[in-house]
Amino acid sequence: MSDDIVLATQGLTRRFGGLVAVNEVDFDVKAHEIHAILGPNGAGKSTLINLLSGEIPPSEGQVLYRQKAIQGKSARQIARLGIGRSHQKTNIFPRLSCLQNCELAARIHMGGVLGSWRSRHTAQQVSERAQEVLETCQLNHRAHTTASDMSYGEQRQLQIAMVLATAPSLMLLDEPMAGMGREETAQVTELLASLTDRYTLVLIEHDMDSVFRLANRITVMVDGCVLESGPTEQIRTSDKVRDVYLGRHDEGVTA
Amino acid sequence: MTTDATVTPLIEARGLHAYYGESHVLHGVDVTLMPGETLSLLGRNGMGKTTTLKSILGFVPPRRGDVYIKGVSTAKRRPWQLMRQGIGYVPEGRGIFPGISVREHLIMAARPNERGETPWTMERVLDTFPRLGQRINHDGALLSGGEQQMLSIGRALTTNPDLMILDEATEGLAPLIRDEIWNIIRTIKATGISTIIVDKNIDNLLEVAEKHLLLVKGEVKYSGDSQGLRNNPGLLETHLGVA
Repeated sequence: MSDDIVLATQGLTRRFGGLVAVNEVDFDVKAHEIHAILGPNGAGKSTLINLLSGEIPPSEGQVLYRQKAIQGKSARQIARLGIGRSHQKTNIFPRLSCLQNCELAARIHMGGVLGSWRSRHTAQQVSERAQEVLETCQLNHRAHTTASDMSYGEQRQLQIAMVLATAPSLMLLDEPMAGMGREETAQVTELLASLTDRYTLVLIEHDMDSVFRLANRITVMVDGCVLESGPTEQIRTSDKVRDVYLGRHDEGVTA
Repeated sequence: MTTDATVTPLIEARGLHAYYGESHVLHGVDVTLMPGETLSLLGRNGMGKTTTLKSILGFVPPRRGDVYIKGVSTAKRRPWQLMRQGIGYVPEGRGIFPGISVREHLIMAARPNERGETPWTMERVLDTFPRLGQRINHDGALLSGGEQQMLSIGRALTTNPDLMILDEATEGLAPLIRDEIWNIIRTIKATGISTIIVDKNIDNLLEVAEKHLLLVKGEVKYSGDSQGLRNNPGLLETHLGVA
């Protein structure tokens, strides 16, 4: 395995009863790249992310993170190894401020909420970490705003900030642009583009403008299997991918 | 836009003011929809599009203002009673029950229209959405996002509505599935069913809907036809970010 590969799967399979949601998937992610996973709804993309993040165990196959097998570890153990994830639905605490949401994520990562309250040193680390990720996500001006009072786009940015607060080196992002208007999408796209110096990103997204702007490589899944994997330009012009996913026309304008 | 005074509007909402707790969300919104018309609600996230729909349907009853469905006031009536006046609702998030099958969703909702007719049978819904036929015995939880959306639309059609309300009908769907949903919306329109649509694809909305309502912070900034919007690109740019 090449040294610059941080995450790889080999024969990864997940069955739900008779349904094979992920079927012998081999793919790999290189350090500091944005690797997009595309595919029709029901192709197995979110299940793949759930397998990588430890939320569900595989039926067969391996997940290698920095060349060590991690399949079977819990989501918490995998998060501690440096793999963070965001979900399709916005998962924030609406009554807490933007800063408090990030502090909570950092606290949980640093050893549990109660334990970290007691240590002044940890509390300072938590606070610094939360401030830092808010700045990275350009939300520092909203630090003391209650999350429920923020726009939908800002709430999605906050969710990314909360993942960053857990100090990952690799982030699994499940449709971070879902439900966003054009301007919000552009803002989050630029945010993600700015992260690649420090992080590796695996991205599920249906907004093709963002995917083609961001991704270095793309893996396309259909019916649980890998249809094609390669550099973005190869996937963009692939007839197979056009037939099953992209269609054969330009996308319309979105608000 | 002129309307024929002799025809009763399907929806007539006047001066809607809606609140979530103390938060004043709608500020005097007017909506008129005539039979056979397709109306889009435009605006950025958080501007009041979904709340307008929920106010019309009684989920968020307006504190001030009046709503009439087919000329009948909705005051003090429950959402399910309003739906029985011929409204099919496809909510944001789809509203699919995870533990019951596709077939059960379609049987559960089916009823004739107010005239006793059943143009949309389960068979016709399955002809329109062949993928649902392939998944007929699968529970809602096992359906993909696109299949759930088709089921949500199909379920609304089995109520044989005069008006379909679709809130973010194509959100979170793959490009080809989005195309399929838009084609189905065109088919629904061609059958004469009125439609109110919330979506983010402006091109498709300008093509499919003949009337548009642009909401900004709970107020109507534009009410008119597609040509009026096309002639006013500044409006789209300022309030939707579409250059």
